[in-house]
Amino acid sequence: MLKEKLLSQLNSVEEYERTPIPENKLKGWKSFIGMYAGEHTAGTEFVIGPLFVAHGVAASDLLLGLFFGNVLAVLSWAFLTGPIAAKKRITLYYLLEKISGNKITAVYNLVNALMFCFLAGSMIAVSATAVGIPFDIAMPSLNDWLPNTVGWIVVVIAVGVATTVMAMFGYNQISKFANIAAPWMIMVFIAAAVAVLPNLGVHSISDFWTKANDTIWTGTPLKGQSQFTFWHVLFFAWFCNMAMHIGMADLSILRYAKKWYYGFSSAAGMYLGHYIAWVASGILYSLFLLESSNSTQFAPGPVAYRAAGLAGAICVVIAGWTTANPTIYRAGLALQAIKPKWKTWKVTAVVGGITTFAALFPALVMKLLEFVALYGLILMPMGAVIMMDVYVLPKLNLKSNFAEFFNRRFNPSAAISWVLTLLSAVFFNVYFGVEVFFLGLPGWFIASLVYIISSKIVQQKVGKSLETVA
Amino acid sequence: MKLLIKSISYISLALTLIPSFLVFTGNISLDSGKLLMLIGTIVWFVSAPSWMNKVEE
Repeated sequence: MLKEKLLSQLNSVEEYERTPIPENKLKGWKSFIGMYAGEHTAGTEFVIGPLFVAHGVAASDLLLGLFFGNVLAVLSWAFLTGPIAAKKRITLYYLLEKISGNKITAVYNLVNALMFCFLAGSMIAVSATAVGIPFDIAMPSLNDWLPNTVGWIVVVIAVGVATTVMAMFGYNQISKFANIAAPWMIMVFIAAAVAVLPNLGVHSISDFWTKANDTIWTGTPLKGQSQFTFWHVLFFAWFCNMAMHIGMADLSILRYAKKWYYGFSSAAGMYLGHYIAWVASGILYSLFLLESSNSTQFAPGPVAYRAAGLAGAICVVIAGWTTANPTIYRAGLALQAIKPKWKTWKVTAVVGGITTFAALFPALVMKLLEFVALYGLILMPMGAVIMMDVYVLPKLNLKSNFAEFFNRRFNPSAAISWVLTLLSAVFFNVYFGVEVFFLGLPGWFIASLVYIISSKIVQQKVGKSLETVA
Repeated sequence: MKLLIKSISYISLALTLIPSFLVFTGNISLDSGKLLMLIGTIVWFVSAPSWMNKVEE
């Protein structure tokens, strides 16, 4: 009886993968503010803030870089992703299929799903550092790449299973949980940082700026870490979610928005999560470094527990969950686009299994900055293709939705744009030493330009061959 | 009733945040602050689900 009820509930999860969202299913702005605040006040925030400290960002560079980088991220959601989501009301994957054909989309979806699995996996790993506290498991350190204890493996699997089961019940459940947890999480982030300030020598507000420069964000990187500047912080803040805004992955989320401008609700996530939470977690980590004489252990759970007790540890667990859940959901959509007949919950279960396996490897956490930047860069070109396809091609008298219009399974223009953009990124990186954080901006222009030029050539050829046939 | 539960929820959120400032100013110990934060956390997760997410349903 219970089994039948559960199956019925799971089968009833309808996510409109291949149809526009009906009017009565659109969501108000509160839903998006809660989702963005929850998603970006996340397990990764407990990693990124500390990594800025490790990379020797100066206090003024951090605060200004985060401010301007987050402005650019919000504008990207609001003016690039939001309007297309409201206009089309379909998932990124379905739109890409109409433009690029199902062959490129299948490759894209596989890459995308894998990236999402890794990202969600890193969050499960972060949660596991908190869940493991009562069991006194050995925590990973900055140099660990492989799982090193049975305890770690058991805890990661337990967290992964719990997260996957929640994700299997669909976007509504995730959104509701994120809504409830979001305001509390940001309180814990702030509270944990404020409570440890006296331990860092800050006893009044006037002490803060001096200690921020001398003790927290000293401007000197830890041994073996590269030096980060204002520009690193700005571009990282802007591009850490590049796959979501410029890369258009959030079409799948914002297609539920009643109005196009709900993309501005991403500001809740950026300024609470990617500003306050990064600053707060940086403060917590600097205390850990101070008290542990620059230990290489890197485990957000115990750091939060030291500052805020059980509430801090619970916060790390939930912060990981509320980001891992929508990420697993997105990965499920990516795979389902390849096999539309698969049930959403079954795909999510498979994705959850891959994610949990990835989470076993601590390297995912230790190299998070590089991974996040690379992941955005790899997926971004398809966002540029969508942007050009929707707005620019019609103005050049070219057809949008090439694959659908010409009934083709493969759009060479999209493939050329993607490959050439990534090759040029490798070229800039290898021959000019441009770091991965800075490759997204020139990459977007390259992808856009190549797509327009190649579309012009390809569509002329296809047009001529159709005329010949006729 | 809903207003009462909402008020309790907001108080619990305050209970999560305010003790840290009392720790900062030296009015309470860090351990007391942690305990109050935990109480705030429990009350929030017990009370908030009964009224959050209901508006747009």
